[in-house]
Amino acid sequence: MDQTKKKIKPNQITLLPPDTRVFVTLINPYGEEAQKSLELSVNTTKEELQSILQQLVKTEEDQVYSFFHNNIELVDTLNQLIASDPEYKLENTFSLTYHPQSLFRIQPITRQTAALEGHEQPVLCVQFRTQGDVLATGSGDTTIRLWDMLTETPIATLKGHKNWVLCLAWSPDCKYIASGSHDGQVCIWDVETNQLKGQPLIGHTKWVTSIAWQPMHLDEECTLVASSSKDGSVRIWSRISLSCLISINAHQKAITKMLWGGQGYIYTASEDTTIGVWNKSGKRVQELKGHGHWVNSIALHTDYTIRCACFSEGNTEINRKQAKVLYDKMLNGKNERLVSASDDQTLMLWEYTSSKPKVRMTGHQQQVNHVQFSPDGRYIVSASFDKSLRIWDGYNGNWIATLRGHVGSVYQVSWSSDSRYMLSASKDSTLKLWSLQKKKLAFDLPGHADEVYAVDWAPIGGEKAGSGGKDRRVKIWRH
Amino acid sequence: MPQHDYIELHQKRFGKRLDTEERARKKAARQPHELAEKAQNLKGLKAKMFNKERFKEKALMKKQMLAHEEKDIEVNVEDVKDGAVPTYLLDREQQQQSKVLTNMLKQKRQEKAGKWDVPIAKVKQMSEGEMFQVIESGKRKQKSWKRRINKVCFVPETFTRKPPKFERYIRPTGLRFKKANVTHPELQNYFQLAFIGCQEKSIICLIYYTWFLEVNVSELGLVTQTGKVIWSKYAQVTNNPELDGCINATLLV
Repeated sequence: MDQTKKKIKPNQITLLPPDTRVFVTLINPYGEEAQKSLELSVNTTKEELQSILQQLVKTEEDQVYSFFHNNIELVDTLNQLIASDPEYKLENTFSLTYHPQSLFRIQPITRQTAALEGHEQPVLCVQFRTQGDVLATGSGDTTIRLWDMLTETPIATLKGHKNWVLCLAWSPDCKYIASGSHDGQVCIWDVETNQLKGQPLIGHTKWVTSIAWQPMHLDEECTLVASSSKDGSVRIWSRISLSCLISINAHQKAITKMLWGGQGYIYTASEDTTIGVWNKSGKRVQELKGHGHWVNSIALHTDYTIRCACFSEGNTEINRKQAKVLYDKMLNGKNERLVSASDDQTLMLWEYTSSKPKVRMTGHQQQVNHVQFSPDGRYIVSASFDKSLRIWDGYNGNWIATLRGHVGSVYQVSWSSDSRYMLSASKDSTLKLWSLQKKKLAFDLPGHADEVYAVDWAPIGGEKAGSGGKDRRVKIWRH
Repeated sequence: MPQHDYIELHQKRFGKRLDTEERARKKAARQPHELAEKAQNLKGLKAKMFNKERFKEKALMKKQMLAHEEKDIEVNVEDVKDGAVPTYLLDREQQQQSKVLTNMLKQKRQEKAGKWDVPIAKVKQMSEGEMFQVIESGKRKQKSWKRRINKVCFVPETFTRKPPKFERYIRPTGLRFKKANVTHPELQNYFQLAFIGCQEKSIICLIYYTWFLEVNVSELGLVTQTGKVIWSKYAQVTNNPELDGCINATLLV
């Protein structure tokens, strides 16, 4: 009941008497108030709060929530949480932010189970099939190799490219792989027969930097795939007719990364410091300006949802209708959030509706190479050449923690599907597993003989992670 | 040879013969036979001249045939280069962990001297006379128990001199160094690395040509297979530091 500000000593927690009642405001992750001024007893537990919230928000399944006040989690009773905030006065309402938690837990990755040989040149890109049973790796020896994850043995070698395979992408229904190479050719492979479909698609004049399929909820048959190139253009190809439908001259300089968002827009990050937002007929919807140097990487908060659209946990069948349902749930009536990482050492949060960034996130001391939203869209992790990773809040861009441990530039980072762990690949030849809850290193994963170029964690199932690098080996890791 | 265009004039006025096309065709058909006969039977100067003309014609024809065939020839497959890098590293000139080296002249000089191929010599044993300089002290300069160290020495950070009246070994400050220019034989570039000590842990740590140093390599970011970070490595001195004023060494990998 004290009006003055108390300084809480570490061993002293002043708890309020048990029959005190406080006014609590429940705030949703976006910062909006779900329910004002609930009068609750100080001894309210987490479970009681959950049932209250479920009644308020009216969710269908048993959604588990976690509650936070000033980023401190509610563990026991409301009393404990109030005690942690020395500035709280009893007349004010106590704000509690709630976040939906994932129902499943992924086990941390601790060891290497296989070192797969076969590639004759450094492995450049690595991607799991969404079901987690096949790993596709592209390499400088112009081949793509498919590896079976159950037995950790090779399935097939896909030959057809004439130069380094720089990027590859599984189609949303995982029946096809599209890959781009250093000579500008794009190949579409049929995974059921492990054959190249038709001929390599020619059109780009310089190397292909990224490939993205149209999300399943926009097109259930997965017919369109887009590729971006160093020549600054985006080409949309049809999988069925194997021809280029549209060529968008998006930028004057190279496009470093391109994404096909769930709202139908194509986002292109370029070396001319801007990000373009295009619709699939080639018209520019927005130009996001703000960075001072090359934009290296972009990510959408719905990335994981789009990737795992038609597959559900524990079930390997394709459910195309489910894609739309899941996506709408993730969007929750708002727009897609985009985060971009740049050589100017900053990250920016955007929405396609405005050409100015919503938030500018600074802190890194060198170029930021890779950025990823967590699968639940709550957090952002950025990997930089300054050997550190930084965690940011996915809604408002606030800095949360810095993860140090690598001794060389961090190249790529990948999340576990329950958003609790991050796997980072670095120039110093190690992979490191970081725990989000503890905000520090969980496991050190050495084993590669040279720089690790690519890493991916299986999306559904999440048992295994794969990495490839300059030493030409593909390594599989698991708990 | 017609001197004027009377033939064309007649053709304009009265028209061509009805069988001109056929006659022209038949004449053209006879040409190869006539040429062949000439080629086989001509002799002397005429033969020489004819052969020269024919050679030129044949060369031209060959070029034309190749040009026509180009459509059918497959595009030569470009050689796939080594050193494949992922997309995010493609536009970057990755300096292999080296720091400075922007001075072009310096580079050229180094290349000329063949700096990277320094053979590692055997460790030399030094005599006392080379290492120490006798310093006479006392009122009449008769005492000669003091020695001054002639070679470059390494002093640890916690080093304090003994009181000057009692110190036997004088280490000139000009010959005390903390950093060495270490070259990496494989990466073929050099770094300035602080060194930690000598191979032998003795009171006097001398550094001279062919001796060994321990250098701090943590900034190179080297990691062992088991994941431990390497922070020190041995290097061998490759110059005479007391004469040059700097220590050059090659890293022993």
